[in-house]
Amino acid sequence: MRSDPADYEFAAPTRLEEAVRLLAEQPKAWLPIAGGTDVMVQFAAGTLAARKLLSIWNLPELRRIEISPHEIRIGAGSTYSDLRGHEVIAREFSLLARAASWTGGIANQNRGTLGGNIVNASPAADSLPALLAYEADLVLCSARGERRVPYVNFHTGYKQMELAPDELIRAVCLPRRFSGYFSHARKVGARNAQAISKVSVAALGRVQNGEFRDVRIALGSVAPVPLRLPETEHALQGKPPEADVIAHARRLAVAETRPIDDIRSTARYRAEVVGNLVVEFLEALGRANHDK
Amino acid sequence: MTPNRGAKREISFVVNGDHRTVCVYPMERLLDVLRQQLSLTGTKEGCGEGECGACSVLIDGALVDSCLVPVAQAEGARIVTIEGVAANPRFSALGQAFLDCGGAQCGICTPGMMVAAVHLLDRNSAPTMDDIREGLSGNLCRCTGYLQILEAVAEAARRTAVR
Amino acid sequence: MTEPIVGSSTPRKEGRDKVSGCARYIDDIRFPNMLYGTTVRSRIARGKIKSIHFGAGVRWDEFVVVSANDIPGKNCIALIENDQPCLADGVVNHPEEAILLLAHPDRHRLPMAAAAVSIEYEPLEAVFTIEESERKDKIIWGTDNTFKAFLIQKGEVDGVWAKADYIVEGEYCTGAQEQLYIETNGVIAQSDAQRGITVWGSLQCPYYVHKALMTLCGLPEDKVRVVQTETGGAFGGKEEYPSMIAAHASLLAMKSRRPVKMIYDRAEDMAATTKRHPSRTRHRTAVSKDGRILGGEIELVIDGGAYVTLSPVVLSRATIHAGGPYYWPHVRIRTKAVATNAPPHGAFRGFGAPQALFAMERHIERIARAVNVSSVEIRRKNFLQPGQTTTTEQAIHEPIDLGQLLDRALELADYDAKRRRFAEQNQSNRQKNGMGIAAFLHGAGFTGSGERHLGSVVGVEGRPDGGVRVLVSSTEFGQGTNTVLCQIAAEALGLPYEDVAIAQPDTMEVPNSGPTVASRTAMVVGKLVASAALGVKQTLVGAGVLRDRCTAEEFRAACRSYVAARGRLRSLARYEQPEGIFWDDQKYRGEAYAAFAWAIYVAEVEVDLATYSARVKDFVALQEIGRVMNPVLARGQILGGVTQGIGFALYEKVEWRDGRMANNQMTNYIIPTSADVPSIRVFFEELGNRHGAFGAKGIGELPMDGPAPAIVNAIEDALGIPFDTVPLLPESIFDGVAAASSRARSTRSPVGVQ
Repeated sequence: MRSDPADYEFAAPTRLEEAVRLLAEQPKAWLPIAGGTDVMVQFAAGTLAARKLLSIWNLPELRRIEISPHEIRIGAGSTYSDLRGHEVIAREFSLLARAASWTGGIANQNRGTLGGNIVNASPAADSLPALLAYEADLVLCSARGERRVPYVNFHTGYKQMELAPDELIRAVCLPRRFSGYFSHARKVGARNAQAISKVSVAALGRVQNGEFRDVRIALGSVAPVPLRLPETEHALQGKPPEADVIAHARRLAVAETRPIDDIRSTARYRAEVVGNLVVEFLEALGRANHDK
Repeated sequence: MTPNRGAKREISFVVNGDHRTVCVYPMERLLDVLRQQLSLTGTKEGCGEGECGACSVLIDGALVDSCLVPVAQAEGARIVTIEGVAANPRFSALGQAFLDCGGAQCGICTPGMMVAAVHLLDRNSAPTMDDIREGLSGNLCRCTGYLQILEAVAEAARRTAVR
Repeated sequence: MTEPIVGSSTPRKEGRDKVSGCARYIDDIRFPNMLYGTTVRSRIARGKIKSIHFGAGVRWDEFVVVSANDIPGKNCIALIENDQPCLADGVVNHPEEAILLLAHPDRHRLPMAAAAVSIEYEPLEAVFTIEESERKDKIIWGTDNTFKAFLIQKGEVDGVWAKADYIVEGEYCTGAQEQLYIETNGVIAQSDAQRGITVWGSLQCPYYVHKALMTLCGLPEDKVRVVQTETGGAFGGKEEYPSMIAAHASLLAMKSRRPVKMIYDRAEDMAATTKRHPSRTRHRTAVSKDGRILGGEIELVIDGGAYVTLSPVVLSRATIHAGGPYYWPHVRIRTKAVATNAPPHGAFRGFGAPQALFAMERHIERIARAVNVSSVEIRRKNFLQPGQTTTTEQAIHEPIDLGQLLDRALELADYDAKRRRFAEQNQSNRQKNGMGIAAFLHGAGFTGSGERHLGSVVGVEGRPDGGVRVLVSSTEFGQGTNTVLCQIAAEALGLPYEDVAIAQPDTMEVPNSGPTVASRTAMVVGKLVASAALGVKQTLVGAGVLRDRCTAEEFRAACRSYVAARGRLRSLARYEQPEGIFWDDQKYRGEAYAAFAWAIYVAEVEVDLATYSARVKDFVALQEIGRVMNPVLARGQILGGVTQGIGFALYEKVEWRDGRMANNQMTNYIIPTSADVPSIRVFFEELGNRHGAFGAKGIGELPMDGPAPAIVNAIEDALGIPFDTVPLLPESIFDGVAAASSRARSTRSPVGVQ
């Protein structure tokens, strides 16, 4: 353990209002810490730059999941276990439920939060492709009030995001319109459990009248930020689920990604596997609707 | 000298049924507070990065890696460690099953494995092998190859059901 | 006693403490007035130290600082050669080499203090691979970068090439592997003008540490005491390394005159301590048209890192195992251990045999393909038979029938039926399935005259309560030492298992029964335990207080009264080399090991061509091990070893950057979780062993040898593509598949474009 606890200040407000007030008073001074599954690893490694920690763990305003007819509003402090155990998420947002189930092990899932995953912004983050596929909105809050932004624009670069220093993510909103969609998720990691992803895909789509409709493909670990594939998706719209269409989509998908060599894998491998997973999804989507 | 930026504070929680108050820096890891201030050395450090599960405890019934919990976040919590599991007659079948099935070799992962097993069995009293595999997949073992641990948990479940 | 004790699954002696959280590992132990220590380490691979600067912002007067100048005896970790310094003195030869030691009462203050020590280096050119070392354009050790070399020659190899119908060549490589015991290295040292140095710690070999500290501190043997505490896994990683950390803690303890605890965190342990030696093996084999090995040359090189440490011994075992379980009428085996600027590589379960046997079992497949004979037949034709000799000309005397062992393994694995099914399914499925075999042997105990040189001594003593206590320096670290040695003593004396205790290994209390390595404990030390136990009985019989044929109660009563009257009842037994064991250290010829265990492993593997991930779906581990001493423990050893072997084959890759392990975190160095382990089915056969306790042979390391080649053979079976390096990660499987398809495309379409 390479940090000295004596060197840290720690605030633990009991209400969200107090938390955002502290952030407003001293922006950039406080690092919010929720479940600690990212921050505490850095702390133990001696690489945590921040010295003032603001605990937002278990704030009631952040940990509720609200259902309304058209949308689900997931508090950013919801843990992966909260997501896995929620009936509506399991039924209507299986990409997110699955991503939660393969984030670390159960102990990590009991502490890691959706908001933490977004703000830590690892290119390999497990739940972010699902949020892109579902076209999530984020509710951001500060002492100045709240604002709602589409998630798709939130990450601007590697670990860069559209979040002011005095802001917290309050909730993640998902539209409840994907029940009729075929969904497909796959994570490729170094082993079957407790693995950082090398490539991950969260995808949705439909086939209507023998044509691909509203296909959404989101990928993790193949760019500095999680990605949707707008060119690939556009090229699929209205096309039949046939081999040449799928092969063309594969080529476009690989071209839209920017995988790298890193300590876990290689660019070459990631590019190949992305292609394979996109094909796997499109073939399965084609078959699923054929069976209907 | 780096100025002492933080101050110690009193943190209270219940550990294995006992009310305890410690005076510690809020960013002490719960793992270290259990081991040092409370002398509950059954919980182990294997990696310090939330990967191996040797530091597993239950906080308000949830399985967590105590190396990743700032002690201040455990204020008011109900914590159970391996010492609590071992002392609880509800789980006597578990320890015996680990002995009978060869679930412990060097023993360093055993406390974490048993806490994870308790977490599983509390939710699922008749787990399948796949349930047990998943329930313990956040606990690494280097000695056993896991199978005798999984068998021990299955055996404990069977013996508890028979009683 | 009606029920035999040896051969039954008696409960683990120290098991209760382990399942209750009461077992005390070194970091669970605290002394009053204790300091904590840390190590300042080299950031470069090779160079001269120009200056050391203690940075501002640290109250250095609160710290104990130790450098090479503080070493009272010799600045080395005494082992085989004494070339490894305890603390670098002016020059460093690998990243993470220890330069300074710091101690402070507050453990949390250490990392920042260590970071505040800035060291200026004059870098020298470093060597990082076997090939670079062999080129010898940069000499980094001795005169030629070579720690050790061996040559085995049997028969007349030069004459076989002309008679060969096939000459088959291949090169096979294995990577470094980290032991990853879940408890990191740790010790507490205490120094006292009268008693000398005492070290408690997580370790395999108390007497290795004892010897190293004597040399380092210039102390006589009764002024150094080493005590092993409950050890959370070792696998060889705590065979020689603990001497280093013990030396460091001792120096801090001597300078501060306070007890000093040093516990490595995971990142430090992974980066700074020993790993399995990387290897490269080249085979060139003359084969007859029906697939018989006529003879061949084997060249094997291991990367020893920056200092000699145990490389000569690892090389020795690799050399002797290089020919596998096959009959070589003529062979030349040339091996060497070379230096590189990495932290020294060291002992890890198998100790050279996994590397050599990976190459042999991949090469036998290459021979099978060349000759167009099956994987099964090629082995059957070449298996050693009783009466034949090994590559060191050791005659096989026991009635081992490897052909029959192979048949049994294949049946248990449903080999033929599965291969037929896979051949069909593989044509259309994106998941390709295959079966792979590994046939191998593992010699137990020290090589040749090694056991004689060790001269192990074991004690058994009578206790005041009438029971007995086993006195050995052999350590428990999960493999069952405590349990099996107590079973042996109980059985020898006709006592219940519960009446036998075993002393904590403490060099002040127990004799030197040799290191806990080389799968020797049950076989060699166990036999001495049986002798010493009988010696206790003989003493009582000789004193007239016990009949030779007695009940347990009579024994206990006699023991109680003898101890009450005389104070001490102790018998020692010393190793004597059995008759007929000849070993020539110069020619490396003769009886290399007192006993070989034999095994056939069969792996069923599936490769997913969407992700190129390979997973083991079923695994059969069949081995002949002399005698199963404790079924639950024996099965546990095989399951654990096979799982480490699966890691060695498919998951565990050390990422080197300029001699340093860059992925030194559990998140990036991948070992199997419970979700990754297939069904592993374990079976034993027992031929006995007249040189081992109750017929035991060694089993601890055997299971490490088979999984990697069996799995890679299965992947070749599934994909039709050979792979000759482990670890074999999906990225490499992809590269192999891509290369094979592009070769296929270019042969199919001569006018073709990619």
